Amino acid sequence: MAAEGWGWRHGGRRAWALRDLDLVVEPGERVLLLGASGAGKSTLLHALAGVLGVEEAGEETGRLTLDGQSPRGARGRAGLVLQDPDSQVILARVGDDVAFGCENLGVPREEIWRRVPEALDAVGLALPLDHPTERLSGGQQQRLALAGVLAMRPGLLLLDEPTANLDPEGVREVVDAVGRVLERTGATLVVVEHRVSTWLPLVDRVVVVGPGGVVADGSPEDVLRREGARLAAGGIWVPGHPPAVPVRTGSAASTEALLTASGLSIGRGTSVVRDGLDLVLPAGSSVALTGPNGAGKSTLALTLAGLLPPLAGQVGAEPSLAAGRGSSPHRWRSRELVERVGVVFQEPEHQFLTSTVRAELEVGLRATGRYDDAGRDRVDALLERLRLTALGRANPFTLSGGEKRRLSVATALATSPPLLVLDEPTFGQDALTWAELVRLLAELLAEGRTILSVTHDQAYVAALADLELVLAPGSPFASRSPR
Amino acid sequence: MSVLAPAAGRQRIYRVNPVAKIAALLPLSVCVLLTLDWLSACVAVVGELLLFAVAGLRSRSLWLRTLPVWLAAPLAGLSMTLYGRASGTTYVQLGFLHVTDGSLAIGAATVARVLAVALPAVVLFATIDPTDLADGLAQVLRLPSRFVLGALAGLRLVGLFVRDWRSLELARRARGVADTGRLRRVLNQAVALLVLAIRRGGKLATAMEARGFDGPAPRTWARPSPFGTAEVVTIACGTALGLASVAAALAAGTWNFVLT
Repeated sequence: MAAEGWGWRHGGRRAWALRDLDLVVEPGERVLLLGASGAGKSTLLHALAGVLGVEEAGEETGRLTLDGQSPRGARGRAGLVLQDPDSQVILARVGDDVAFGCENLGVPREEIWRRVPEALDAVGLALPLDHPTERLSGGQQQRLALAGVLAMRPGLLLLDEPTANLDPEGVREVVDAVGRVLERTGATLVVVEHRVSTWLPLVDRVVVVGPGGVVADGSPEDVLRREGARLAAGGIWVPGHPPAVPVRTGSAASTEALLTASGLSIGRGTSVVRDGLDLVLPAGSSVALTGPNGAGKSTLALTLAGLLPPLAGQVGAEPSLAAGRGSSPHRWRSRELVERVGVVFQEPEHQFLTSTVRAELEVGLRATGRYDDAGRDRVDALLERLRLTALGRANPFTLSGGEKRRLSVATALATSPPLLVLDEPTFGQDALTWAELVRLLAELLAEGRTILSVTHDQAYVAALADLELVLAPGSPFASRSPR
Repeated sequence: MSVLAPAAGRQRIYRVNPVAKIAALLPLSVCVLLTLDWLSACVAVVGELLLFAVAGLRSRSLWLRTLPVWLAAPLAGLSMTLYGRASGTTYVQLGFLHVTDGSLAIGAATVARVLAVALPAVVLFATIDPTDLADGLAQVLRLPSRFVLGALAGLRLVGLFVRDWRSLELARRARGVADTGRLRRVLNQAVALLVLAIRRGGKLATAMEARGFDGPAPRTWARPSPFGTAEVVTIACGTALGLASVAAALAAGTWNFVLT
């Protein structure tokens, strides 16, 4: 692949996503493409896969070629795997999904059904061809997408943060599968990723791009030695440059409980996901809920937060949390709940209600009739604290991933609830947003608030949690102290 | 929840090309709808039940699936009995309500006709796998693959929308706005879902194009969509049953053309 002075500007934007890019990748090279958020890395991968402009129009300069041709005409030469596992599954059965790309390239039927099992085998998905794709885990979905691309026999494999939304188990599955595929096919690899260590064992070249083209290029050791600190400052997770976080000294938590659960059965709808759960959330503590996917962590957190009713047993709020209401959070009215428990959802977009950032922070205060002068001051202070002041009039849906995350936390804080429940707060976040979030939560804990987090992120657990509760399928809680 | 879950069953009817199933439904429904009489519809219902039995459909789940039809048909018939055009002896008269010889006949005909049209539709569609239907539409009927496969892939998103909707609902309770104004909240939630849906659709389109969808090369099909004896027999059964019901009505003199 070769780029000469290549650039792209999205329709309706003034700034170029990427410009003046000069880069040549030889066949068989394995390249890790790094750059701060918004440096145009994904744009380059989309262009190489020939799909730039599918979602929105834009303007192109310079030349970008694949085997000497325009990528649009060379579809199938480059195979692209994207970040979001959910939106890459196309058909209902595993075999059909893998065959989809081959069909589009006009591969004869007999040849397709030779390639499909081969591709599934290469990514380590030992499933029947008629296995329903909706029953796959995130890691399996990503490997299925990889198999679908692989069956097209691409010379160039393009991976756009394929592991950002996966739990550690899923990340391992996908990286192993890619390694096996490269060994078998000798394909060229270009992978974009915030977490350098994930792909370091597989790549032999690191390229750093910025909006003005290539910033650094060379062997992984070389580039990371020279550029490591600068990359880390730009939000990349670089080994040896962990984000700076305040050290949480000892536990300020009292032994008094804020919320308890006894004999609790949880589930969405009527089917029980887990039963017989007992736990105590000490006031002022930070508790992390960890465990593999499908163990019911999110369901448990939402049940404790009073959003889902317990299917059996009970959740009991102590008077310090209930503040004059009954002890069952799920019986509280919505506006009583928002003053007692702040919930941050995994997908920030699910919780946005209004068309400006500022109005978003006013929602809870207005609902509880507290949007007076003090309320206005409180919103101003929150905007300031979460560095959102300049974005006060922006539409929440147009924010960057990090900004959306900060806003979703801010909305939960506006009514100053004593308990904060967060579902995967650090999923897919770059190192800068991550460090910012951890600092903010540490401040909240110092103020005496209680935090319950559902997370896969061990660095987050180490930085913040006083207590880690491990929820594994089929076994009772295991609790451990991270420090 | 999935709209796209493959329909699974071992009976032969599951393997009949979906295009043939729809092609068999058409003449049958048209024939039954042409006339407003009880005999033709009854012939069709009896014939349909016989054909289901021959096709090996006797399972409990099948009856459960058609249960709504069995419940809805008498309700439709009841309203026709009460409000239908009056003629002959009057049995009950209560304001606008009346039960007469004529309205009783129309009521019975309505029950039979709802069953005659809805039963085969529910049963045949329950045995259609959306993927196979798409294959049939594109390969047998030669509808444009861009349209057919786009719709098929979009159908898969419905399951995700259901999940999104639940999350949106929980989030509104968590934000403190779920106590009042239910109608406004649902509208607001629908708009939010639409925004998410458009975004998901865009991502899916990108993922499909990344796999060469809608490219310059002529497309091949991994799954054949055969159209042979079983398909011809299916269509013939539907057509024959439709004609038989019309013939019965004409022979017995109950024919009552719908437009007169």
